[in-house]
Order: sequence, then C-alpha cells, then structure tokens
Amino acid sequence: MIEVSKKCIGCNKCVPVCPFAAINMVDKKAVMNEACTLCGVCVQVCPVQAITITREEASARDLSGYKGVWVYVELTETGDQPQARKIKQVTFELLGAGRKLADELGEDLCAVLLTDKNHNYDKELGAYGADKVYMVEHDELFEYNTDIFSTVIVSLVTRHTPSVMLYGATIQGRDLAPRVASTLYVGLTADCTALAIKDGLLLQSRPAFGGNIMADILAPKSRPQMSTVRPNVMKMNEPVHGRTALVVRESAKLDKSLRRVKVLERRISHDGGGVKIENAHIIVSGGRGMKSREKFRQLEELSKLLGGVVGASRAAVDLGFKEKAHQVGQSGTTVSPKLYLSFGISGAVQHIVGMKASDVIIAVNKDASAPIFNVAKYGIVGDAHEIVPKLIEALKK
Amino acid sequence: MNIVVCVKQVPDSTEVKINPETGHLIRAGVPSIINPYDHFALQAALELKKKHDFKVTLVSMGPPQAKSVVQLGMALGADEGILLSDMAFAGSDTWSTSYALARAIRKLGKIDLVLAGMQAIDGDTAQTGPGVAQQLGMPQVTFCEHVDVDGRRIIARKLIDGGYEIVEARPPVLLTMIMHKDYVPRYPSFLAVNASLKKPFHVWSAADIGAEPQFLGLKGSPTQVDKIYPPPQREKAAMFTGSGQEGMAKILQIMKAEHFIEE
Repeated sequence: MIEVSKKCIGCNKCVPVCPFAAINMVDKKAVMNEACTLCGVCVQVCPVQAITITREEASARDLSGYKGVWVYVELTETGDQPQARKIKQVTFELLGAGRKLADELGEDLCAVLLTDKNHNYDKELGAYGADKVYMVEHDELFEYNTDIFSTVIVSLVTRHTPSVMLYGATIQGRDLAPRVASTLYVGLTADCTALAIKDGLLLQSRPAFGGNIMADILAPKSRPQMSTVRPNVMKMNEPVHGRTALVVRESAKLDKSLRRVKVLERRISHDGGGVKIENAHIIVSGGRGMKSREKFRQLEELSKLLGGVVGASRAAVDLGFKEKAHQVGQSGTTVSPKLYLSFGISGAVQHIVGMKASDVIIAVNKDASAPIFNVAKYGIVGDAHEIVPKLIEALKK
Repeated sequence: MNIVVCVKQVPDSTEVKINPETGHLIRAGVPSIINPYDHFALQAALELKKKHDFKVTLVSMGPPQAKSVVQLGMALGADEGILLSDMAFAGSDTWSTSYALARAIRKLGKIDLVLAGMQAIDGDTAQTGPGVAQQLGMPQVTFCEHVDVDGRRIIARKLIDGGYEIVEARPPVLLTMIMHKDYVPRYPSFLAVNASLKKPFHVWSAADIGAEPQFLGLKGSPTQVDKIYPPPQREKAAMFTGSGQEGMAKILQIMKAEHFIEE
C-alpha cells in the first residue's frame, strides 16, 4: 500500500520520475493511480519523506497466483567493437537449470531481456530453452545501471508475478538482485551451486564460510523466490535451432534523471582479442612464486602448447606479472576448467573459491604445506622455475 | 561530510569446521575478527578523513562481544561507534539485517557516504550493502577498489566484467569495497586503543532505532536455513616431490593419464 502524508509540499519531483506515469498532482498533493507498481522510485526522490510504502505482511500474502521461472539475461561487451553486446554464457546455464525447475513445476521458463536494441537475442534464448522472452527495448538500457535496471525488473515482476527468478552470480547479477529483493521484500539466496524443487518450493544450496560448509535455503513466505547462481556450475542444454520463444514486448517509461550513478570512463582489458578464462578448458596459472613478469611469460608459452589460457593469482596481478583480466578468484573470475595447472600459487582462500570447481587440479609449489594442495588432485612439491622450462621443451617435441 | 562504515564481526572463516555427526558448526576456539572486506572499507574512510577532515561513524550489528570490532575501528581513527545489539535481531537474514542497519543510519542524521565491505566472509552473500542502500533510498556502487571525494562529487573505481569503470555520484551514496592494495589494513597501538575508550560508543536496541518487530529476526526474514551440512570431501591429493626433469616427467605422466595430451 502506498500513502502520501500531509508532509507533501506539491513540489512535483515525483511526477516525472515515475516509470509508469502513475502519479498526478491533485490540489498540490501527489495522488497515485492504479498504474502504480509500488516500485518505490517516488519514495527515493521525495525531499520531505512524504511517501511511504507498506508491504503486506508475509503470512497474509496469497502466493498461488505466482507462476513462471524467470531468468535474467545478462549482456556483456563482445570486445570486438564498442557498444556491441552478446548474451553472457551464464544466462544459458541459468536457462538449463531453469528448464528443469519449470518442467517440474509445470510452469513456463521465461527470459527477461533489457536492452537498447534486440540483436536476435530472443532467437538464441528460445534455442536454449526459454518458452517466453519478456523484452524491454529502450535507449536508456544501452548499458547496465543499478537504478534503471532494478526499476524495470521490479515493475515486470510486480506485473507478471513469477514464482522463481534466477540471476548469474556475476558482478552485475550480485549488484542487481539484492536491490530488487530489497525493494520487493522477497528472499534472495546468493551464489547457489545447486537448485531443486522440494514440496513445491525452490531448494537453494550454497557454500558458506569460504566453502567450509554447505547450506540449503528456502524462501517459503514470499514470491518470487530469487537466487544468484554461480557461473560454470549449471549445465546448459544443447541449443535447438529453430525452437522459438514467444516474445512479449513490455514498455517502460524511463528518464535520464533515474541514472544517479554516471560512468565517466570504462576500461576493459582485451589483451589482443580478449582472454576468456571463464570458459577455458585448460588454464595454466601462476602466482607470487613466479617471481617476475619475465618468468611469468613462460607460462604463456606453456599454455599455448597445451591449447589453454593463462590465469593468475591476485598476488601475481598486484605485482604486475599479469593483467587483471587473467585474475582467478574472489575479486577476479570464477573458473572451472577441465585442467587447472598452477605454478607458485600457495592458495589463499580467495583464490581457492575461484578455481576449486576445476575437474583436475595439478599444483606445483615449493612448500609442501601450501593450502592449494588441499584442493588439488595431484600435488608436486618442487621448483616451478626448474619444471616449467623443461615442460615447455618436452611438449615442443 | 559524514561517513558511516558498516563493520561486522566474523569468525575467521578458514578455521570454521562442521561436526559431521551433528551437522552443527564448531565455533569454539575459532577466533573472531573484523570482516576483512570491512577493514578495507574502514581504511578507505580513514584516508578520506585524513584528507578532508570528515567525520567517521561505525555501525555494527551483533552480540555484545562484537563491540571489539567497533573499538578496533575507533582506535584506528573513527570518531564514534554504534553497536546494534538486541535479541530481536537474532536470526535476521540479509533483508532484515539491511533493514536494521538502515534504520540506525537514518537515526544518525545527515549522512553523505556509507561504506561497507563487498561481502562478509562468513555468509559471502554481498547482499547487505545493496539492501541498506535500497532501504535508505541511496544509489549504490558495488565492488569498488578506490574512492575519492572532490567537492560534492564522489568518484569511485569499481570492478566490472573484465575491467573497471570510473563512476561519479552525488551524495548520499553507498559503496561496497573489495580488498585492494590502495587500502592496507592497519592495527592500532596500545596507546591508540586506550585513547579510543574515551570516544563515544552506544549500544542501540530495536526500540532505539524505531525498528518494527515484524521485519526483524526469523519472523521478518524472507529466507530460512533448511539445513547445513559439510561439503562433499575431495580425495586427498596424490603428492610427489621432485624438481626439474623429475617434476616435469611426473606432470607429463599425469596429463597423459588424464588424457590432456596424447601418449
């Protein structure tokens, strides 16, 4: 329920920012009409705190009308040319996981796409399993912005009442999802590694305490049940070309004034064509123990011989051995290649959480008690500087 | 400007284990520390204080012993400390925690900048910062490495996919900070700890911040823990010792056995 108190001074600030044109000024007082979705933008701009939103108490909510498994579509820059964007792989993984949930619930799997221009994205989303694509095309959606994107998502959710909504546990997903959950007063579980249906509810499994324990989480009282899901964990389905999704176009009235945080400069390290450590099958990674940028170059040669890419620990990046785009770990990229071959990485917790899902880990380190050996399948206690050149030599033969 | 830093006391996560029989956390003997990400956020605030003479207030939520992380922050240079401590907060998930922290920050009056760690190392959710920002109606900038203030502009360097952005916002704004070498955590001297005991420190209850009981604790939390359990154990690594030729031969042998290279 939304109320405007006597404090309202009729300043008119809320009228232009309402995405749904749901506010009128009547006798110098704001009055909401039925287009209101309780998105809360007006509450944020009101200079005198005259607008309050009271959400129904959880137990009083009727949840039976909430249907549909939604997946937030994350777009990422292709790196080839400015402004060109493509669908991030985690979206397809979410469609794979969401397909199973939707089938078990007997509900539709829907992708939610916010973009300035549709480049056949809907076709791809259909091929990967979406039944429906809710699409909002608007110039203001040319780049991700927390205020703008959360406003649109909140309005779509309020209008179409899904039962489940999934986001990638990426930098963007972990910025957007909590903002939406907070606005809607619904449950959100971070960084899930498994999803299932238990008695009609979404059972969300996630690691906590740096991976030392696992927790299963439910959100029984509110809808949608929302999760961010760790990339590279869920299996994506093989795309079925020609399988199409029903496109539902949605409008949103968006204004520049909603954009409270402005981007002054954006730097993406492309590294000559773009490193993609997150999708690599083989990663050869180095840490502080590689000692110098020059020695680190040997790992590049080695990774090329193996058909892989180079990764780096945070320490190696901070010391300038390798660019940030190669960083594996909590503040870098989470990876799960088939082979992770590490040299001179001791294995700080922040690094381990970013690579321990790899199929086979071979770790080389001088110190036999290095924590990286706790997650490795094979551990070699030895000097990387002696081993790497010999390995390159042998592989060249 | 007035800055608030949100800090949390956490168990040192690398040492937390689970009892495989009862499924309960073994917390005895595990040291409590300031959440490392919050420590970086605190250093960022103290750098700004040094440069611009801003006021820095700490806000924490937790049991009475969580006072120690607030005390640490004051010994490092923060001006004032608030601890939200009340049984009514027990069992709060990220939504309810954000609600309580936002109520407390609102009570502090005009705040220009709120800093928090990107996430706490016990829950690893990264949800409380954005939740507080939403409840306060502030814009948010998450995963920041660095923050500067230039007049009434707040400039932050934040991580994005494969790179970073420099962004600008007008106060009030909330930033969540990652660990970055620009802000190396410091520890106070005994003298500084002693001196900080004279700084204003308050314990606030749910009633003190005007929090409505139905939004607090288990009752107010949309999520519930169904079960906790140990993660599937990995087998112990097969260990070998050997450098040079020997180490190389071993790696080749493993990669052949695992079919990464041909025989």
